[in-house]
Amino acid sequence: MKIIVTVKQVPDTQEVKIDPKTGTLIREGVPSIINPEDKNAIEEALRIKERHDDVDVTVLSMGPPQAESALREALTMGADGAVLVSDRSFSGADTLATSYLLSRAIKKIGKYDLILCGRQAIDGDTGQVGPQLAEVLDLPQATYAEEISIRGNGVTVKSNFDSVTRVIEMKTPALITVTKRINRPRFKTMNGVLRAFRDKKVATWTKDDLKLNPMRIGINGSPTWVRKTFVPSHNRDGLVIEKKSGEMAEDIMNYLLEKTLFRL
Amino acid sequence: MTLCYEMDEKYKMIRLAVREFAESEIKPVAGELDEKEEFSVSLTQQMGDIGLFGMIVPEAYGGQGLDYISYIIAMEEVARVDGSQAATLAAGNSLGINPIDKFGSEVQRRKYLPDLCRGKTLMGFGLTEPNAGSDAGATNTTAVKDGDSWIIRGRKTLTTNADTPMTKGSIVQAVTGQRPNGRTDYTCFIVENGTPGFTLNTLKRKLMWRGSNTAELFLDNCRIPSDAILGNPGDGFKQMLETLDGGRLSIGAMGLGCAQGAYEAALRYSKERVQFGRPICKQQAIAFKLADMELKIELARNILYKACWLAENKRPFGKEAAMSKLYCSEIAREVADEAVQIHGGYGLFKDYDVERFYRDQRLLQIGEGTSEILRIVISRAIGC
Repeated sequence: MKIIVTVKQVPDTQEVKIDPKTGTLIREGVPSIINPEDKNAIEEALRIKERHDDVDVTVLSMGPPQAESALREALTMGADGAVLVSDRSFSGADTLATSYLLSRAIKKIGKYDLILCGRQAIDGDTGQVGPQLAEVLDLPQATYAEEISIRGNGVTVKSNFDSVTRVIEMKTPALITVTKRINRPRFKTMNGVLRAFRDKKVATWTKDDLKLNPMRIGINGSPTWVRKTFVPSHNRDGLVIEKKSGEMAEDIMNYLLEKTLFRL
Repeated sequence: MTLCYEMDEKYKMIRLAVREFAESEIKPVAGELDEKEEFSVSLTQQMGDIGLFGMIVPEAYGGQGLDYISYIIAMEEVARVDGSQAATLAAGNSLGINPIDKFGSEVQRRKYLPDLCRGKTLMGFGLTEPNAGSDAGATNTTAVKDGDSWIIRGRKTLTTNADTPMTKGSIVQAVTGQRPNGRTDYTCFIVENGTPGFTLNTLKRKLMWRGSNTAELFLDNCRIPSDAILGNPGDGFKQMLETLDGGRLSIGAMGLGCAQGAYEAALRYSKERVQFGRPICKQQAIAFKLADMELKIELARNILYKACWLAENKRPFGKEAAMSKLYCSEIAREVADEAVQIHGGYGLFKDYDVERFYRDQRLLQIGEGTSEILRIVISRAIGC
């Protein structure tokens, strides 16, 4: 069985600050990490590998050359192979161009049974790439997975939505996006580091390695543009009421009712 | 052109892997284990699970197959969070595992290394005696040959990892005779726990490393088979010196990690603590302390990594190992001291990690060669 896991390298948003003038992320000195839910997807693929015979886990990422370190980390966790698609012409891609490009890379990887993706990335928060990738590849999909079980060429996916649990059964090949509740990613081992660097390879593919429609990649292939990012300002001035205590209580009550913060 | 200050990606991954583990699994329990003076078997096994034992032992013997710099970075990262667990690891690797890997017979390596490297067992290294500390030549423990075995009598003390529920035994150095030139012959023996006449006592009420095990060993006419000799009879002194050279690098890493942890805590606190209307890090008296800390840590890391590089490339590294251990442990004291100073009165309480760092650093100028002995080593190396 072959599992492909898509991975995005993101800035550690716990450490990230936003430049209040430009509204963009200050990336300098901010560590890059594997997008947390992508890490859950890698972990789930590795658990499937441990439960079943002959499972190969390949991780795939689109990104700048330094995204190799995210793939190397996935190899350290136990993935078997890694592919980085990286080219200047890919930059500026929105989720549509990204899922198109990933689909082309997956076509080149060849036969597969399962594609696992993190539900969404902590930097963009769109949650679109997984579902779009399934559409481009014309695959059945299940999102927000919290439990995955595989039997023969069928896969059962359980997801929880507030008070509802949804169970989907699909035939493979299929695509599943997972949430952070599905598992707790393992710790990397020392020998895992050794093997990731000594025995495993990260293949890097550029636009020349893939059959691409130039109008569907990078900025050309991206119908959505980010117009503006900004830091919402929190106004904490408060409301000052200076009256006699009886009238003041009434004013406060009216204010709360008016703002529907309180109901009689 | 071989001078290169860029760290290989592999080393960055080692650091990331150990940091994630230490922050997530060690940090939350370090204070409690310290306070209760408790050695944790489960935490030690967890450290074994991620491969922190047997880091430089070949994979064929269950080791991780890594190099010295990887090992040192791992020790540094554990010490950045907790000196006690770093002590268990440094002693486990440098004093328990490495001598068996380096000097042991094939049978001994097969017998002990796989479990030691998996973190299932621990091995102590009994060198210090009540009357033989810096003066290792004053060793009183003796071993006398009796048929196909040896009878060991004596007492060892301050031995890390020797008396835990997972300890397999200890390597014990004993006097085994006199050479024709008048020099004393030393031999190292692997003495397993449970050997008749071998008893242990865990030493309590320590100032530092309270989550690690320190024990004294009593050998009352212990009969040890000849095949328990580590290497050859008479090699004991040379083995001890070589083991300590390597061990000094890991103590150096503990000093560096301790300094790093204390410094980061102080830097964080100095940005939050406001006095005279500004965070104290914006006040020169505190800012200069932090600048000095960063400077000392940078210098310490440079000499330590250089010594590792020498060791890895099979060059003489005794002087640099001594310099690393001396410098890293002394700056650990200075940095931990200033970290407490920056915390003010709060730094005196166990609610803040710097209180523990301040105590834990104190061993580093004593264990595996005192600062004074290290100055002797360095001065001899330069021909004094």
